[in-house]
Amino acid sequence: MTGDQPDSLAAGLSAGTPAAGFGTAGRGPRLLSGGGRRATVISTASTVIVLAALALVFLAAPGSSQVRHTFFDAHDMWQSFVGNPSKGYYSVGEAIWLNIRMFLAAEVLILVLALVIALIRQSAGPALFPLRVLAMIYVDFFRGVPLLLVMYAVGFGLPALRLSFVSTQSFAVYGVVALTLSYSAYVSEVYRAGLNSVHQSQVAAARSLGLSHGTSLRYVILPQAIRNIVPPLLNDFISLQKDTALVGVLGAIEANQAAQIYGSTVFNYSSLTVAAILFLILTIPLARFTDRLIDRDRRRRLAGAVR
Amino acid sequence: MTPEQAAAASGRDPAIVVEGVSKSFGPNQVLDGIDLSVAAHEVICLIGASGSGKSTLLRCINLLEPISGGRIWLLGQDVTAPGIDANAVRRQVGIVFQSYNLFPHMTVLANVTLAPAKALRMPRAQADAAATELLARFGLADKRGEYPDRLSGGQQQRVAIVRALAMQPQIMLLDEVTSALDPELVAEVLDVIRELAASGMTMLIATHEMGFARDIASKVCFLEEGRIIEEAPPAELFTEPKDDRTRRFLRRIVDAGRM
Repeated sequence: MTGDQPDSLAAGLSAGTPAAGFGTAGRGPRLLSGGGRRATVISTASTVIVLAALALVFLAAPGSSQVRHTFFDAHDMWQSFVGNPSKGYYSVGEAIWLNIRMFLAAEVLILVLALVIALIRQSAGPALFPLRVLAMIYVDFFRGVPLLLVMYAVGFGLPALRLSFVSTQSFAVYGVVALTLSYSAYVSEVYRAGLNSVHQSQVAAARSLGLSHGTSLRYVILPQAIRNIVPPLLNDFISLQKDTALVGVLGAIEANQAAQIYGSTVFNYSSLTVAAILFLILTIPLARFTDRLIDRDRRRRLAGAVR
Repeated sequence: MTPEQAAAASGRDPAIVVEGVSKSFGPNQVLDGIDLSVAAHEVICLIGASGSGKSTLLRCINLLEPISGGRIWLLGQDVTAPGIDANAVRRQVGIVFQSYNLFPHMTVLANVTLAPAKALRMPRAQADAAATELLARFGLADKRGEYPDRLSGGQQQRVAIVRALAMQPQIMLLDEVTSALDPELVAEVLDVIRELAASGMTMLIATHEMGFARDIASKVCFLEEGRIIEEAPPAELFTEPKDDRTRRFLRRIVDAGRM
């Protein structure tokens, strides 16, 4: 099984190289205007050379076969992907669904909580001063404390309180709570930047029509603010997808935890590669989608400037 | 004579009464004791250099800026009294800005119907019908589905005027509405304002278009450093200004070829 490993690895690399070359080629003419075909050839060639060099270094390293066996063994990758409870390890492929569910739940909660915090911080009027201070302390605190510590505090602290509802949830729920607490602090700042990006004259126009503060916010300010912050928001969510792996420290069987259990049971860490690949499959589409939105915004702004 | 007495004497409330209004932004005094009265259906133009306080005065009248001193009555109501509902006041007073300030994420129709639907709770169908009629009246019927960035400056400003009119205001405040427009687009907007004046709309207009002010206004006020230096019917103020400062200002306008 390990004997054919180098071949399949090499095949994978050579299969990946032209694809990467095409990717660069598509952008080449746009970046190097007038370069045309020559630019395409150069960018493709340089991509091939760089990837080949990296592959060579990897294959020629003294411990290469060891590493390939420990991290890229096809048999172990498959075994860890499908799992085998009778042998004491879980399916990484199944465990990733927990990450996805936690991500989706946390995402919704974060969007709501962060918006509330941002609106409080942006509020005016002396009556709301105490709330503004609290919101500021919240953001400072949860941006400053490592997510891992928040995870431990929530996951082990809340159950220890032995309260009726609060202390009897699953680790996945505590994980979502910790993720929400921490990410809401970041995302509220993103919202705040978005609110500030809407010109004051838009507020004046809305209010001058007799619309209340709340109605202006709901129909005029927020829609424009959110449009402006979609790319940074998605960026935070890409990182949230990965950070669901931290819930593993509580003992929840998510992809990373399942992969580690496989590793310590079978003494082969190809399971971690499987987890990494699964996370990439989740994050790359979101990353490309973000790029497209940024590109669309840029084109729209350019079009607006011409007009 | 108090404004109330003045109103009683003339037999009707003036639409706008501004009494001793001052406004400071920090140490910077922008309005310094403005007194002004606009009768119902009257059109008054404010002229003066940039920074003379014209825009600030209009924004204060619409309660977009809190005033530092003085009082303002709109349609007989003291709108500077404590506890006044600013939103209710603004529903009766339309304002149009130099930079249009249309909502870029909404179509023309949505721009015009937002306030009637949300602030007046007008049913959607009724708001749409009223907006469509107004847009048609100002030659914008075919633009109702467009987004603002697809329109010319003149079209955008006309939509902004329609948006304000959709609230059926008693008073319109126009803040240099042609200053951001390319010269060839100024006329289409001025025509709209002329039509409004002919229909009897009470208007207070800050403008740099002297010819337009001469045509449309029953009275022109010249502002400098936050004070009304001189006010007179246009024929008088433009031909024989009494104050030196008015003369200097008008000379500069003439020298610049703007009159």
